Amino acid sequence: MNRAVIDLWVGVFVALGLAALLFLALKVGNLSSTDVGQTYNLQAHFDNIGGLKVRAPVKSAGVVVGRVGEIRFDPESYTAKVAMQIDTRYQFPRDTFATINTSGLLGEQYVGFEVGGDPDMLKAGEVIKKTQSAMVLEKLISQFMFSKAAEDDGKK
Amino acid sequence: MSPADVLRRLGRALTDRIWRLGYASRFMLMTLFYSGTAFKRFQLTMREIYFTGVLSLIIILVSGLFVGMVLGLQGYDTLQRYGSSEALGVLVALSLVRELGPVVSALLFASRAGSAITAEIGLMKATEQLSAMEMMAVNPIARVVAPRFWAGVISMPLLAGLFSAMGVLGGYLVGVQLIGVDEGSFWSQMQAAVDFRQDIMNGVIKSFVFGVIVSWIAVFEGYDADPTAEGVSRATTRTVVTSSLAILAADFVLTAFMFRGI
Amino acid sequence: MSPDPLVEIRDLNFAYDNRAILTGINMTIPRGKVVAIMGLSGCGKTTTLRLIGGQLRPTSGAVRVAGRVVHELDETGLYQLRRRMGMLFQFGALFTDMSVYDNVAFQMREHTDLPEELIHDLVLMKLHAVGLRGAHHLMPTELSGGMARRVALARAISLDPMLMMYDEPFAGLDPISLSIVGELIRKLNDALGISSIVVTHDVQESLKIVDYVYFVSAGKIVAEGSAEEIKHSREPFVHQFIWGESDGPVNFHYPAQSYRQELHAQPARPSGWWS
Repeated sequence: MNRAVIDLWVGVFVALGLAALLFLALKVGNLSSTDVGQTYNLQAHFDNIGGLKVRAPVKSAGVVVGRVGEIRFDPESYTAKVAMQIDTRYQFPRDTFATINTSGLLGEQYVGFEVGGDPDMLKAGEVIKKTQSAMVLEKLISQFMFSKAAEDDGKK
Repeated sequence: MSPADVLRRLGRALTDRIWRLGYASRFMLMTLFYSGTAFKRFQLTMREIYFTGVLSLIIILVSGLFVGMVLGLQGYDTLQRYGSSEALGVLVALSLVRELGPVVSALLFASRAGSAITAEIGLMKATEQLSAMEMMAVNPIARVVAPRFWAGVISMPLLAGLFSAMGVLGGYLVGVQLIGVDEGSFWSQMQAAVDFRQDIMNGVIKSFVFGVIVSWIAVFEGYDADPTAEGVSRATTRTVVTSSLAILAADFVLTAFMFRGI
Repeated sequence: MSPDPLVEIRDLNFAYDNRAILTGINMTIPRGKVVAIMGLSGCGKTTTLRLIGGQLRPTSGAVRVAGRVVHELDETGLYQLRRRMGMLFQFGALFTDMSVYDNVAFQMREHTDLPEELIHDLVLMKLHAVGLRGAHHLMPTELSGGMARRVALARAISLDPMLMMYDEPFAGLDPISLSIVGELIRKLNDALGISSIVVTHDVQESLKIVDYVYFVSAGKIVAEGSAEEIKHSREPFVHQFIWGESDGPVNFHYPAQSYRQELHAQPARPSGWWS
């Protein structure tokens, strides 16, 4: 077997293989969006993170602007410390509200940013002051049932 | 045969297998230790990549295409019952990238390239070529075994990627072109659901692990074959069977580790 | 005239799987001589070659090549020794994926940094010595048995070894190739000033070319001497071997029960699980 022919075909093979992997990464997967690019760190404390997982999206106005980085339990304040990586293209005001929402009725949970009107922007490493915890389904149901029961009692 | 004989035979078979596994592990370590030549004279490894990878292209591409097409057909049939036929892209892509791509291409690789490697090394042993090499002060493990091992390890992820890519194409051809699923939602839902790190990288890691397993078994069975025609034939059969079982078992273990949290 | 012998084997014992293959072997291969090791198939002749080449380790005793004990050498030492030894395997053992040219050039390319132009000339010289210079472009599968063996010989001498070992070089050859190979063994030995060990059971050809013969039977040396001495030996085994007699110390009949008893006995049940 001629050396040159072998080299050629091996080169073609490797190129094809890499092209296939690239195709999978870009066209089939979601590589092109957030994972590439610069990000900065923001933190938030939640009383209850519900089912929020690491690498869950951070969305503002429904568009993904970052990802959840690390979730830790803070033993001093007994709250959950959530670290987030936000795309440097987007700046948020200091009175941004961070909430934990559910996509759809029973879908995965994500962090939502609702902006206020503060002219100063959050800087890297800062903590978001206003947060709202996840809505735990069981609590909602028991709340509803209690309020229903109280109403009925009041009526009697 | 009395029960005692049966037990004795089973026990011997088990200890033989374990002893053989130890021998195979030591052989693997030697192969890794002597791999320097395979990389310093990369020409040797390239030649083997040609014989294992390039010559497997046809079967991998065609199989990938057909598997993707079948996924498209079967997937559509089930999804449209729940009104979710736009999720066809998700179904095809995830099935391929996570499981079918690495596993099926590894099985095909084991039967085509793995058995060829075993037969080649076994025949070299039977015709005393390995012995001759040793007597000429050339280490046969460095010269013959290591390049074939590394060629298999390098080729496997590339072949798995090609299989998955062809499969997605096949699913697209059947789903969108043939059946009429909406092209936009086919690709957009797929892109939203397939995560690079979780699905694609894990698939690549799987195919890399399978590559190591198949190449290891193939070179070992060849090197350890009885130097007769019958011995070589038995060794090639063993390569295909053992590799296939090992791939499926490893797939389970890897899947359990990787996709636990989902 | 010749100083110390090239190969010295002293009190060599080799056993495999609790079976003694060689017992108490003492051999000396002087420099510049062709020595034959003769005996029946499976008596340990090839094992001796492998012990000299370091592919096997003796159970006890020592094999010395050029003064150094072979099984005490480390990996580097062993490979250095092997570069100075050439071995011709029974059916050639040419590398089937390379041409004749590449086979002969193999050792030069692996062990030396010689430029391709020099290797080209050396390969053609070696092939010319065995008479196959015109066949350098062929593949091993295109060669006849005799030609393959000659190419393997050219390959074995490609780095001018100090010791050549031949494992059954005459087995299965036609009469013309037989005498060619025999001539080559002798001529190369004398031209290169090396020593050669020929393991064979071909009496006619080898006695024409060798200087000394060792006779091995059941793992022991039963006779030794120069070619002339062996031809006229009175020792029963040697006599039977040299003159090709069908019966003698080596029985015609494989050990069995009394003929009369076996004829009248019941036929054996077929063995195997399917009966």
